[in-house]
Amino acid sequence: MSLALDKSLRSAAARSQSSSLMDRIFSALVLGSTAIVLLSLLGVFVALAVGAWPALQKFGFGFLVTEVWNPVTAQFGAVAPIFGTLVTSLVAMLIGVPISIGIAIFMTELCPDRLRRPLGIAIELLAGIPSIIYGIWGLFVLAPFMQQHVQPLLIDTLGELPIIGNLFQGPPYGIGILTAGLVLGIMVLPFITAVARDVFLTVPAMVRESAYGIGATTWEVVWRVVIPYCKVGLLGGVMLGLGRALGETMAVTFVIGNAHRISSSILAPGTTISASIANEFTEATTDIYTSSLVALGLILFFITFVVLSISRMMLRRLR
Amino acid sequence: MKLLKGAVTQAAALALGLVIAGTTAHAADISGAGATFPYPIYAKWADAYKTKTGNGLNYQSIGSGGGIKQIKAKTVTFGASDKPLTKEELDSAGLMQWPMIMGGIVPIVNVEGIKPGELVIDGKTLAEIFMGKIAKWNDKAIQTLNPKAKLPNKAIAVVHRSDGSGTTFNFTDYLSKVSSDWKSQIGSDASVQWPVGIGAKGNEGVSNMVKQTGNSVGYVEYAYALQNKLTYTKMKNKDGKVVAPTSEAFQAAAANADWANAPGFYLILTDQPGAQSWPITASSFILMYKQPQDPAAASEALKFFDWAYKNGQKMAESLDYIPMPESVVDMVEKTWTTEMKGVAY
Repeated sequence: MSLALDKSLRSAAARSQSSSLMDRIFSALVLGSTAIVLLSLLGVFVALAVGAWPALQKFGFGFLVTEVWNPVTAQFGAVAPIFGTLVTSLVAMLIGVPISIGIAIFMTELCPDRLRRPLGIAIELLAGIPSIIYGIWGLFVLAPFMQQHVQPLLIDTLGELPIIGNLFQGPPYGIGILTAGLVLGIMVLPFITAVARDVFLTVPAMVRESAYGIGATTWEVVWRVVIPYCKVGLLGGVMLGLGRALGETMAVTFVIGNAHRISSSILAPGTTISASIANEFTEATTDIYTSSLVALGLILFFITFVVLSISRMMLRRLR
Repeated sequence: MKLLKGAVTQAAALALGLVIAGTTAHAADISGAGATFPYPIYAKWADAYKTKTGNGLNYQSIGSGGGIKQIKAKTVTFGASDKPLTKEELDSAGLMQWPMIMGGIVPIVNVEGIKPGELVIDGKTLAEIFMGKIAKWNDKAIQTLNPKAKLPNKAIAVVHRSDGSGTTFNFTDYLSKVSSDWKSQIGSDASVQWPVGIGAKGNEGVSNMVKQTGNSVGYVEYAYALQNKLTYTKMKNKDGKVVAPTSEAFQAAAANADWANAPGFYLILTDQPGAQSWPITASSFILMYKQPQDPAAASEALKFFDWAYKNGQKMAESLDYIPMPESVVDMVEKTWTTEMKGVAY
């Protein structure tokens, strides 16, 4: 009997010893996993910097300010793709942000409870559609529609105006900066909507009810109380969407027209950083060509890094 | 227990055997990468060759530039490119190249009322359209070539390749030969700085873009124009004769090619003389090491090429490619024996 007790005690001790060992192994494993993330972030940055070095060394600061992109003479400058990246993202934000905020207001303030769940799921599904599907839809459905209906209308109406008319000039190709911005605008909807809905829900019920209590209309409550209360969080959500729009590749490549040019018209074809890389990497035979494409990648890495940092900072201040 | 152990060992041995058998069968596959232009015919040849010999071909159609990169990195047994390397480039890398198949590149248009083969274009006009100097369809230069055609007063939407490509290399090489402005301002390469137009990815991308964009013009490999029922144009060739893109016209251009006097088979088939010649004819090349790392694999690849040269003509013609003439095949196979080390086919 005592022997049996002794045995079981000893095995318990052994078990606790082994469990403390297990604990240590476990914490080492999770620490290792975290380290992998940090190391890969650092690794990506170092690899990009090393790959971009020959181009940056050869073209220097000029790489950031010249528009020429000529594989024949091996002269490369990043202005056209940077311009295209920023302008398509701007168009996407102009379209996506108001709609997203509208959806979020509807879902938090006006939507009947029964509809909330299905609506939320529909928006999450929108986020789950692979970007290539957006690209195909953009090319085969949206682009012909833009060419036949939207763009001729824009050229005949807004295109006639002074100054602003410059934005709507040229033949209606269907694809181009505007179409790419539109597709991106739809793609960022679910991301901005999700954040906006969550931050709207952080408005204390008491604040909201008080506003209604003193006789404010829904419009006044949203415009004067909810949005000012959530300003910073909303901006964070917008930045999150912007970060996505900046790096989107496949959908943009399909509909932007892939031309290394800067045009004053948003109907004209252009290119973005990610679209240029995706298009040209396999055929970039010379070292300086490859290096220039990597340098584009480094610039994009930098831009998105800054945008996402700002977004994180704003969302953190919210909490 | 012992019995169990025995069974496990046996099972392991069996599994190992299967794995080895699997890898040997896999090793017999010939690996290659490169040009997309000849991919349809290489795939068709590979299929027929596999049925006959049991040896498969693993060809990745990643583009000519990719093919050159992969063979230089020695990840594949052969590379394929529509853009030939010069003798110097070949020598410095220890590579050799030869032409495998030929085909045509055709301008395609989408203009209301114009049917396939109706519009006539010459090289100079084509260059000016792709430079943006001719911007409207009813421009005098186009109208003079097509006195009977009703051409609209609409802006021309130029469509070019957005990705680097051998098709672009041959197309821009032709434009450089016929237009000194093109040569000095733009030049020829797998991708160039296009002054106007929109870029679409791949032959299929250009086909689609031209199909759905009114008043557009583009260029694709002939097979894509046929399969997608696109409106191809006729062209005025070097001799000033108007020709339609047909197998005969591509063959006429190829027949004029002087392969015997082309060191390292560096020869571009665009703008060949001859009354019947199609002006934008192209050939696609194979690249291999003179001293292959794996002579057994290289020999398997050469056996496949030899078989394709001798048995693949019908298949090539059915896909609107032009097989290499017998005299050229003899020249190529002679270089295999004289220049490549340690191989037998």
